[in-house]
Amino acid sequence: METRAFQKIHTRITNITKATCSLKATGVGYEELAIVHGKLAQVVKIKGDTITLQIFGGTEGIPTNGEVIFSGKPPSLKVSDALAGRFFDSFGNPIDGGPEVEGEEREIGGPTVNPVRRKQPSELIATGIAGIDLNNTLVSGQKIPFFADPDQPYNQVMAMVALRAKADKIILGGMGLANDDYLFFKNVFDNAGALDHIVSFVNSTEDPPVERLLVPDMALTAAEYFAVDKNQKVLVLLTDMTLFADALAIVSNRMDQIPSKDSMPGSLYSDLAKIYEKAVQFPEGGSITIVAVTTLSGGDITHAVPDNTGYITEGQLFLRKDTDIGKVIVDPFRSLSRLKQLVIGKKTREDHPSVMNAAIRLFADASNAKIKQENGFDLTDYDERTLGFAKEYSRELLAIDVNIEIDKMLDTGWQLFNTYFTKAEVAIKEDLVSKYWPEEEGLEERRKKEPSEAKA
Amino acid sequence: MAEKAKRSRGKVISIIANLVLVEVDGPIAQNEICFIKLSNTSLMAEVIKVHEPIAYVQVFESTRSLTIDTEVEFTGNMLEITLGPGILSKNFDGLQNDLDKMEGIFLKRGEYTIPLDPEKKWDFIPLASEGDTVTAGSWLGEVTENQQPHKIMVPFKLTGTFKVKSLAKKGAYTIKEKIAAITDGEGNTIDLTMTQKWPVKVPIKVYDSKPRPFRLLETGVRTIDTLNPIMEGGTGFIPGPFGSGKTVLQHALSKQAEADIVIVAACGERANEVVELFTEFPKLDDPRTGRKLMERTTIIANTSNMPVAAREASVYTAMTIAEYYRQMGLKVLMLADSTSRWAQALREMSNRMEELPGPDAYPMDLTAIIASFYARAGYTCLNNSKTGSITFIGTVSPAGGNLKEPVTEATKKAARCFYALSQDRADSKRYPAIDPIDSYSKYLEYEGVKEYLNETIHEDWISNIASVKNFLIRGHEASEQIDILGDDGVPVTYHVDFWKSEVVDFVILQQDAFDEIDASTPVERQRYMLEKVLSICNTGFSFDAFEDVAEYFKRIINELKQMNYSEFESDKFKGHEDQLEKIIEERKDA
Ligand SMILES: Nc1ncnc2c1ncn2[C@@H]1O[C@H](COP(=O)(O)OP(=O)(O)OP(=O)(O)O)[C@@H](O)[C@H]1O
Ligand SMILES: [Mg+2]
Repeated sequence: METRAFQKIHTRITNITKATCSLKATGVGYEELAIVHGKLAQVVKIKGDTITLQIFGGTEGIPTNGEVIFSGKPPSLKVSDALAGRFFDSFGNPIDGGPEVEGEEREIGGPTVNPVRRKQPSELIATGIAGIDLNNTLVSGQKIPFFADPDQPYNQVMAMVALRAKADKIILGGMGLANDDYLFFKNVFDNAGALDHIVSFVNSTEDPPVERLLVPDMALTAAEYFAVDKNQKVLVLLTDMTLFADALAIVSNRMDQIPSKDSMPGSLYSDLAKIYEKAVQFPEGGSITIVAVTTLSGGDITHAVPDNTGYITEGQLFLRKDTDIGKVIVDPFRSLSRLKQLVIGKKTREDHPSVMNAAIRLFADASNAKIKQENGFDLTDYDERTLGFAKEYSRELLAIDVNIEIDKMLDTGWQLFNTYFTKAEVAIKEDLVSKYWPEEEGLEERRKKEPSEAKA
Repeated sequence: MAEKAKRSRGKVISIIANLVLVEVDGPIAQNEICFIKLSNTSLMAEVIKVHEPIAYVQVFESTRSLTIDTEVEFTGNMLEITLGPGILSKNFDGLQNDLDKMEGIFLKRGEYTIPLDPEKKWDFIPLASEGDTVTAGSWLGEVTENQQPHKIMVPFKLTGTFKVKSLAKKGAYTIKEKIAAITDGEGNTIDLTMTQKWPVKVPIKVYDSKPRPFRLLETGVRTIDTLNPIMEGGTGFIPGPFGSGKTVLQHALSKQAEADIVIVAACGERANEVVELFTEFPKLDDPRTGRKLMERTTIIANTSNMPVAAREASVYTAMTIAEYYRQMGLKVLMLADSTSRWAQALREMSNRMEELPGPDAYPMDLTAIIASFYARAGYTCLNNSKTGSITFIGTVSPAGGNLKEPVTEATKKAARCFYALSQDRADSKRYPAIDPIDSYSKYLEYEGVKEYLNETIHEDWISNIASVKNFLIRGHEASEQIDILGDDGVPVTYHVDFWKSEVVDFVILQQDAFDEIDASTPVERQRYMLEKVLSICNTGFSFDAFEDVAEYFKRIINELKQMNYSEFESDKFKGHEDQLEKIIEERKDA
């Protein structure tokens, strides 16, 4: 941050807490940036001539006679095409050894898009992962998080989605990102030859947690530049939003605000919504799609962070290990893409909604059968068949290592129905069944030939 | 008339997010609106607490870069909106700014628009005559707004009786032009235009009485109309965890409900959901009138990323518009998604003011605030003996999906219909996920309602509702026993009971909001299907083994569902019905 020559330097700090300090000053604007004893800070409260500053790097070592210089403006980012391919810290300073980016200076956390200037999202984002494309189809302009326990490979899946999504720009916002994960993203993008259309803002586990608060706004300011000014399709990856919320809690608790559920600030919903609602489809073609990660503790989705997130985003993707096949799958029950109905059966084959629903229903029957089995009850023939189906469905379609076209996913679905079920059990509309039910010999034919054996 | 009071002024002395403290030089009122004068723009704010000489104001915009000592001008008015022809089909923000009139892609801070079109000419027809005695709310004339009659009324703010001194002749006028003059008892004359202003937080009360609602408001949603109906002028709420279908259900209501006017307040929810309304409503037909849905609809959008303080204003703005149309003798449906976001906005502000917090840090008077808001709905007899109504249905988004939280509990006390969305039903895609056993409509206990339903639908209607609910409960109990004792540990009749309740579930309760035909079921068709399903439930069936029960009832359900998907009484519908009768014959007890 530049400082100007005429700026007044203050040297009397009156109050210091773990995250904030206060001093007397006049002419200061709300949310203005300052440097306190060499550390970046932001005005969070003004009461008469007493200014309270939030110190992003923490207040360790700040003396009462430390120098305070006000910048006269809120946090900002210089935007231009030169952002592409670059890595920055939470403040927008390069961390890749490259030069400062020249460009137009824009305040971060800027205004809201007028809802009447938005377009209804309608473009499908294909990822090749059937657990997503088939059951939880993504649409450009959508905002959706992965809900995952910390041991799940969410960053890997997210990187895979990003590379296959055919976006013009990918913006990575890393919050509390482990150095290994940072290097992972860098390598994956590099190996894919994609680095030139990626912009990264990274707060690592070694950086002070409060700095993270700037990362989503930095990433989204860059995203808005490409989506609005350049009409590009931008994909924003935010990982991990739970760590972002933790930083919010640290600051609000230090400011003596009354915490609401799970020690989170009462404004958590609005704070998260301001970020996620930047996802948008513009009529001119530009779009911002947000794929985020919200880590759970012990799978608890009623915790304030996933709970508020679920109320804001357009669905969520759950990863879970399926012990029957020993692979990570996209859980078809708890995952949901709320925008999928805008594209499935419209931008994809007509049988998409029916195949998706029937398969999930049969998979649910299988989990009921499993519960029966675990409780020591006898299984019916139908139960047995659902179990067989579930295993193949999991391996061929739900596993995250599947990478096929959507038509192929639908064909696979029909084949599994044919192998394990009768048409009546699958219960899909007549006209679709007559068009797509496979020719090959299936359960019904086998039953007709050898009724006793097939029923056994 | 009273001498124009001098407006107070003040200076900013403290800033914490959008709570600003202002030192004021004169009198101010609670809820008075003021403007904070930045160098290039003014920010609108509302007084929410006074501690002389300091006013606590909540700013309806971001306070970024605001400094101490900034000038503040008070207006002498509370937050008011403009009522007049041209409100329908508009997309307003929470402060009644016309979103379509705002320039640019982004909402600019401090940009306020005039809500109604000042140039448009309206064809005015006088309804009153010179010399008539009138009071606030009296109908003076009428214009046609989107092909509906729109009454021009004596301003609600006026008290006492007046005589019509002059009234415009039939002809075209703008909202700026004088259309009438009335004189009070002392001979003072007041000129009137087609518009008036009203402070949104004050209920409009120029009516004779509010009798108990008794008439059904058809929604086309079977699990509501058949099981737990809402009445014209009734209140209801829809609590449910995220993703359980609150918004889809409200959108269905806004499309299908049999109302003259629909006011939708999108309060602190997703912008894309509002865009869906903007995009679809101008294309969709209102099945009752053949006109576009947008013609009867007004949308108040304060999405989650718009200023938090304006969320509160947005629900009041919407309610005031609803009351305005009710005064014209119209049937208004108002929907708000989600009232929890409004309560959260109150909580954020209350915390910033360091008020003593109530449960979950919500303000202490939350229950009273919610109750007085719901009380603005109702079935109303106007002073001219016509009737009008506001039916209000809000959604509630309970934290963690747990219904034991302050907003749900407070709303339960205020609203008469409770449509609880269940996570289990949503997970198993049994939409709409309204829990049939937990949910209720208190209106079913009203004698007047019972009489009305039995008279207008069928003489057995009320007893049929009781009986279908009974089958649901019995099926639920049977399924619990089967889970504990195992499929073959219970008599086969338990399986039959369970599957009969599944028939009710799949055919009456579940409804595909995205299917053209199934989405909306007229009451006559609901009656037909309910009787069909009940006749199956009342039939005895014989089975040798429990394995056969599920397969058999799945066939029954399939035919009934195909009926739901077919045009009522079409050949296709009848074909499936014939099929169904054959299946029933297979196992029916002699
Ligand atoms: N009646 C229905 N028919 C089919 N699908 C439905 C129905 N209701 C809900 N859904 C599915 O559930 C999803 C979520 O529904 P909806 O957006 O109404 O939830 P919500 O309760 O409003 O959630 P939130 O509190 O997060 O806003 C929809 O996108 C749709 O996929
Ligand atoms: Mg919703």
